[in-house]
Amino acid sequence: MSKNILEMRNISKVFGDVVANKHINLSVSYGQIHAIVGENGAGKTTLMNILYGLYAPTTGDLIYKDEILQNMTPALAVKKGIGMVHQHFMLIPPLTVYENIILGAEPTIKKTGVLDKKRALEKIKEMSRKYSLDIDPLALVENLSVGEQQRVEILKVLYRSAELIILDEPTAVLTPQEVDKLFEILKLMRNDGKTIILITHKLKEVLAISGEITVIRRGEVITSLETKELNKTKAPENELANYMVGRPVLLRVKKTEAKPGNDVMRLKNLTVNDNRGIKKVDNVSFNVASGEIVGIAGVDGNGQTELIEAMTGLRPPIEGELSINGKNMTFTTSREFFDAGAAHIPEDRHKHGLILEMQNNDNFILGKQWLSPYQTAGFLNYRAINKMSDELIKNYDIRPDTYKVKARNLSGGNQQKLIVAREMTRQPKFLIASQPTRGVDIGAIEFIHKKIVAARDGGCGVLLVSAELSEILSLSDRILIMFDGKIVKEFVNKGITEKEIGVYMMGSGA
Amino acid sequence: MNSKTKNILVELAFSVLAIIISFMIGAIVILFIKGNPLEVFGTMFSGAFGSLSNFADTLEYATPLMFTGMAVAFAFRAGLFNIGAEGQLYAAAFAVAVVGFMLKLPPFLHITVVILTALIVGGLWAYVPGVLKAKLGVHEVITTIMMNYIALDLTNYLTMRNVFKQPGQIPQTKDILHSAQFGTMTFLSKYTHLNSGIIIAVVVAVIVYFVIARMKLGYEIKVTGYNSNAAAYGGINNKNKLIIAMVISGAIAGLAGAEQVAGVMHHFVSPFPVGIGFMGIAVALLGKNDPFGVIAAALLFGALSAGGTQVDTMTTVPREVIDIIQAIIILFVASEVFLRKLIVQRIKQRKYRKMLEQSNLEQLDV
Repeated sequence: MSKNILEMRNISKVFGDVVANKHINLSVSYGQIHAIVGENGAGKTTLMNILYGLYAPTTGDLIYKDEILQNMTPALAVKKGIGMVHQHFMLIPPLTVYENIILGAEPTIKKTGVLDKKRALEKIKEMSRKYSLDIDPLALVENLSVGEQQRVEILKVLYRSAELIILDEPTAVLTPQEVDKLFEILKLMRNDGKTIILITHKLKEVLAISGEITVIRRGEVITSLETKELNKTKAPENELANYMVGRPVLLRVKKTEAKPGNDVMRLKNLTVNDNRGIKKVDNVSFNVASGEIVGIAGVDGNGQTELIEAMTGLRPPIEGELSINGKNMTFTTSREFFDAGAAHIPEDRHKHGLILEMQNNDNFILGKQWLSPYQTAGFLNYRAINKMSDELIKNYDIRPDTYKVKARNLSGGNQQKLIVAREMTRQPKFLIASQPTRGVDIGAIEFIHKKIVAARDGGCGVLLVSAELSEILSLSDRILIMFDGKIVKEFVNKGITEKEIGVYMMGSGA
Repeated sequence: MNSKTKNILVELAFSVLAIIISFMIGAIVILFIKGNPLEVFGTMFSGAFGSLSNFADTLEYATPLMFTGMAVAFAFRAGLFNIGAEGQLYAAAFAVAVVGFMLKLPPFLHITVVILTALIVGGLWAYVPGVLKAKLGVHEVITTIMMNYIALDLTNYLTMRNVFKQPGQIPQTKDILHSAQFGTMTFLSKYTHLNSGIIIAVVVAVIVYFVIARMKLGYEIKVTGYNSNAAAYGGINNKNKLIIAMVISGAIAGLAGAEQVAGVMHHFVSPFPVGIGFMGIAVALLGKNDPFGVIAAALLFGALSAGGTQVDTMTTVPREVIDIIQAIIILFVASEVFLRKLIVQRIKQRKYRKMLEQSNLEQLDV
C-alpha cells in the first residue's frame, strides 16, 4: 500500500477559453493536513471540484487508496469516503441540525422503514464529543452563527464516514476566535486518522496547521513541500508568498505615523434600513480627519454595506446627517458625493464598480462623465478620455495594456486596479475604500495598499471597510468595530491584536 | 486589423451565416412543395433589385422598418424591450393625419409640424410605460403591449367620429393637405410610394449613432442598460434615463407613423396595417441594435417583401414561403448565441485538447 491516500496525476482542465489546471500532480499522505495554497483564480477550487466529481478533468487520473477512479461523481466520492465542506454552506436553514446532517443518509428502523431519530442523535452526539464539535443537534440551523453552521457542515461530512475531508477556504467568514476553535477540531480529526485537504490563501494559517503544502500558481503546481521544512527558513510567510506570486512581495505595507488634520467627513446619527425594512445601521456617528485611515472592522453583514451605500448616495437613510468637506449631503445621488471631493472604491466591483460589457476607457470615466475635459456641451471627448486611459493603464500597470478591451476580460486584480486608478485620480479629500482587495491577488493587494497609504500621506481622509482583519490592522490608524449595526468599540491602532478585535466583532466585550 | 473591426466582422459573419442557412432551409421547403428553389430565388432577386421600380419597392417597404427597428434598438440600449412601437406608430399616424388635414400652413412649416407631432405623440405613448417602469417597476413588456391595444382601439374609435372621418363607406380620415405630404420619389418609378421619409430615416440613424457613441446622454443610457447599479454608483439618475430612452424610442417609432401617413397613404385608415412595429423587433435583432445595422436589416426585409410579391405573381410558389424564410432568419438570429457556442466552442475545445496532448499550454493565457 502506498503512503498516499490520494494521488492526482497530470490533471488538466479547460473551461471555454480558460485553462484552470494544467498538468497538476498532487500527492496527499494518510493522516495529514495538506494545504493547497494559491491566489484567487489559481485553480485550487477547480482541482478540488474535480476530486469531488463535480467536474470531469480534461485529462489526467485520480488515484484514491491505490485505485484509479474513473467517471467520478459526488455520490461516488461520498461512497469512497471523500467529503467536502464548501465555501458557501449547503444547509437548509429552517431544518434542525440533525435533520441537515442526516439528509440523504437517513438511518431507518429495519422492519418499518421509519426514521430512527434516536440512533441518528446518538451517532451525532458521539461524533460531537469525539471532535469537540459542540452543537445542539435539535437547534434550528437558521439560529446558528456562521462558525456553528460550519461545524454542522463538518459533522455532515463525518456522519458519512469521510476519511478524506476537503475544506474550501473555511476561515474566510470566521472571527479569529472561531478560527482557533476550527483548527483545534481539525487537529483532533487528524489525530484520529482522518486526512484533511485545506484550501486557503491565508499564509499564517497554512504555516500554523498544515503538515504538507502544495502551491498552485496560474493553474500549475509550483512546489510541494513539508511545512516543517518551510518553518525552518528565516521568513516562512514571505517564502510562501514568493512561491504563490512568483516574486518577492511586501506583506505589510510600510507607513509612517499619521498626521490627522481637520475633519473631512462628519457623520451624525445615521440610521439605515435594508430592502426588507430591517434596521441595518443603528444611529452611527463618527468623523474622519484628513491624513488618517479609519478602518471599520466587523464580520460581513453587520451593516457595513448599508452604511457605505447610504454615505455615497446609493441608499436613502432613515435619518442622519453627513457632511463631506463641509458640504451637507442630501443622500440623493452619488454625483453629489463625488462633487464634494470624495471618491469611492465600492465593495462589489461587478455590481457597482464596473460595466463589464464596456471597454476600459468607458469604465475610466464612470462617475466622471460630466467633468471637463471628458465632456463638453453634452458630447464626450474621447481624445481626452483615451489619453487619460492610456496614462492610467501605464501608471497602474493594468493588463492587458489597452483601453480597447472589455472590463469583463480583465482579471479580478486588474479590474480592481482600474477602479482604484479611476478613484485616486479624482484627487479626493475623502476616500471610501470598501473591501478594496477582496478577491484580488497578493501582488495587486500590495499595490492597492501602497496607493491607499499614499493618498493618506497626501492629506486624504480614508474610510476603510474590510472583512480581512489583517488588512484593517496593517492599514488603519484608528479602528472602529461594527457589530449588529452599531459601532461597538473604537481603538487607536497601536499594539492591538486580532484577538482583541475579534472579541468585539462577535458582539461580546462591549 | 484592430480588435474593433475584427469584432464587427465576426458579428457580421454570424448574421450572414444565419441568412444563408435560412435560405437553404427555405430551398428545402420549396422543393418539398415541388417548386424550383433557383427559379424562386431568381424571381425574388429580380423582384427586389431587377429594375429601378422594383428597387424602389424594396426601399419603400424598408423605410418604416428602419424607424421601428431603430426605435426598438434604441430602447434595447437602455435595457428596455419596447414592444410598443406598434402602438406608438398608430397613435402618431393618427395624430399626423389630423394635423395634416386640419391645419392650413405653408408647405415647409406644415411638414415640420407633421414631424414634430409624430415625435411628440410617439414619445408620449412611450412615456407612460417609461414612467411606470422607472417609478413603480412595472415591466415595460406588459405596459407597452397594453398601450398597443389602447392605441389600436382609440384610433379605430376616433376615425369613425365625424370630425375626422372621410364621408363614405371606408373607415378612414380625410386626406391630408398637399402641404403636409412628404415628397414622392417619382423619378425612380412613376407609381412608387417611396418618399422622402427614407432620407429622414438615414438622418435619424446618423443622429442616433452620434447620441449613442459620442454623447454623454448615450453613455449614461448605455451604462444604465448594461448595469443599473453601476449607473447609480456613477452618479447617473438611472430612472430618469429609462424614461428618456423610452421616450426617444417612442418618438422614433412615431416617425414611422408619419412616414406611412404623410408619405404613403395620405390618410389614416382603420384598422391601420398591422405588424410594422413588431417587425421592428426582428429588424433591431438582426441589425445588432446598431443604427446602420438596422438600416441594412430593414433593407433585407424590404427586399424580401418586394421579392415575395413578385414570387407570388410570377411563380406557382405562394408568398408564404418568403414569410417562412423571413421567420427562419429571425429564428436563427435570435438563437445566434446558441449557434455561436456550438461552432466556436467546439473549435476551441478541439484546439485546446490538442495543445494539452502536446504539452503546449504555455502559449495560452490562464
